[in-house]
Amino acid sequence: MTILVLADHHDGMLAGTVSRVVTAAREIGGTIDILVAGHDCGAIAAAAAEIAGVNRVFCADDPRYEHGPAERIADLLVSLAPGYDVLMAPASSAAKAIMPRVAAMLDVMQVSEIVAVRGPDRFDRRIYAGNAILTVEAQDSCKVLTVRASAFADAGRGAAAPIEPIAPIEGPALSSFVSLEASRSDRPDLATARVVVSGGRALRSKESFAELILPLADRLEAAVGASRAAVDASFVGNDVQVGQTGRIVAPDLYIACGISGAIQHLAGMKDSRVIVAINTDAQAPIMRLADFALVADIFEALPELTRKL
Amino acid sequence: MSLKIIVPVKRVVEASVRIRLRSDGGGPDIANAKMAMNPFDEIALEEAVRLREQGLADEVLAVSIGPQAAQETLRTALALGADRAVLVETGAAIEPLAIARILAAIVAEEGAHLVLMGKLSIDEDNNQTGPMLAGLLGWGQANCASNIALSQNTARVTCETDAGLETRDVPLPAVITADLRLNEPRYPSLPNIMKAKKKPLETRPLDAFGIDTSPRLRRMEIREPPERQAGLVVESVDDLIARLREADLIPSGRAVQ
Ligand SMILES: Cc1cc2nc3c(=O)[nH]c(=O)nc-3n(C[C@H](O)[C@H](O)[C@H](O)COP(=O)(O)OP(=O)(O)OC[C@H]3O[C@@H](n4cnc5c(N)ncnc54)[C@H](O)[C@@H]3O)c2cc1C
Ligand SMILES: Nc1ncnc2c1ncn2[C@@H]1O[C@H](COP(=O)(O)O)[C@@H](O)[C@H]1O
Repeated sequence: MTILVLADHHDGMLAGTVSRVVTAAREIGGTIDILVAGHDCGAIAAAAAEIAGVNRVFCADDPRYEHGPAERIADLLVSLAPGYDVLMAPASSAAKAIMPRVAAMLDVMQVSEIVAVRGPDRFDRRIYAGNAILTVEAQDSCKVLTVRASAFADAGRGAAAPIEPIAPIEGPALSSFVSLEASRSDRPDLATARVVVSGGRALRSKESFAELILPLADRLEAAVGASRAAVDASFVGNDVQVGQTGRIVAPDLYIACGISGAIQHLAGMKDSRVIVAINTDAQAPIMRLADFALVADIFEALPELTRKL
Repeated sequence: MSLKIIVPVKRVVEASVRIRLRSDGGGPDIANAKMAMNPFDEIALEEAVRLREQGLADEVLAVSIGPQAAQETLRTALALGADRAVLVETGAAIEPLAIARILAAIVAEEGAHLVLMGKLSIDEDNNQTGPMLAGLLGWGQANCASNIALSQNTARVTCETDAGLETRDVPLPAVITADLRLNEPRYPSLPNIMKAKKKPLETRPLDAFGIDTSPRLRRMEIREPPERQAGLVVESVDDLIARLREADLIPSGRAVQ
């Protein structure tokens, strides 16, 4: 099999999810190439080349790939597709826009967010907000996959693979970048963090979210997550919403603070190794799912926890 | 230029229902489940109706591909403000690629320049029909919109991404998919429910499109995920810390003050 992995990157850094997609690719088996498309993305390509098991890295470094325009990157992938049996990418917001477009242009069905590789063309995916596992066999000759990175381990580092520049594809821009309101943080990325501290509606305000959740996350070197209710109320940015329609996480430790545990939230964190829930309501669904449930008021328990850690 | 917006709406199991699998391995047991319009499609429809109300669009056409019962979903769409509705009737489960092909055919027939749709159907969690449709049509796309401003045939769309909120300009024709925070959909009012009964709802057989809708993914097996083992109620913050330390999940750190 020949496999091409589309790299995801932000702020000049390769996303940690790419290495996990390489693990999934290795389970499929074959030669694994990576495509990095961006502007001034040489360092990203160099990081991708160091992932263990990678054969070579294509680097499409051009201003027209800055800010990841889905239409242009799809054209680039379609132009490379004839050389590959499998095209895959982490199920990031970028890839969710690019890969289905590629699949349709190639007249193949995408397999979305695989969580296990059962064979060269057999994959598991979750449906109904994670409440069922579906095994599918992809019958198309070229397979287009997105991968739930949290379900695969990091591939580790190996000898640096060669990097080959590739020319951009001509054609009109079908959309153009205006601005990005980035929520910068020095914290680990949600998708690959070892510990995640999440806050829900019970936090009441942006200020108390910052006062209660952030210091605990700092103390544990954790990524910060939130329920939809907390994001809707603007306690935190949209990019940290955990759930069916947000980020999917599976850290070693997930601490849910003042979150009830609606189906859609659970879909995003149920596969965490250990779940801690802190809630005043012992009957909240998340308390029944948690490995350790603490019935307490977060306004008291969180400062105490942070202080004592 | 007059602007016609197509809004594809899917009938799905209602968001709050936790599905159970049939014991015969035949997949989710939805025979008696409460059904509703896919929540993201409700949001897409609301946005389209607002654009028409603001005079920025002329007509909103709701389209569903599914069983006869999806007429109910389309009646809801009409009550929520769609002008017309089309049901492409089929008893079969149709994959996103084929859905996108059918929608592309309807877009061409109707001469529509904007498709506003959900980012995801909450049943199969595919997250792909929108970009597929844009790819088939060769149109620009914007995904997971949390804001849309339409002027002079360009949509300025704010998209929810893993990096934050990204704003893009997408000249029409375009496909835009809706995220949760785009708007709060209205409820259908009784007079509008009555009016909806008189609005045109056309049913067309799937065959009429001459599109190959045979599945490309073979469904081998469907099963429940493993249950998590029952957990433990801890008594206090100290108790919690002790257990997390025991499990090596947190650093042994400072002494308890
Ligand atoms: C289509 C769709 C998609 C969705 N996608 C997502 C998604 O991706 N992610 C997501 O999270 N949600 C999602 N939702 C929303 C989801 O259904 C819930 O509404 C949401 O998760 C609730 O957030 P919450 O738990 O913070 O709030 P609530 O459900 O209101 O829970 C608050 C909890 O805090 C507890 N509490 C209150 N005060 C305190 C206190 N002082 N100390 C301790 N505990 C306290 C309460 O007992 C309660 O359990 C989606 C919904 C739909 C319809
Ligand atoms: N059967 C269908 N009928 C109408 N629209 C659909 C159908 N399936 C998917 N869609 C549209 O495609 C969007 C994304 O769905 P999906 O790619 O299945 O997650 C949905 O929000 C709908 O707008």
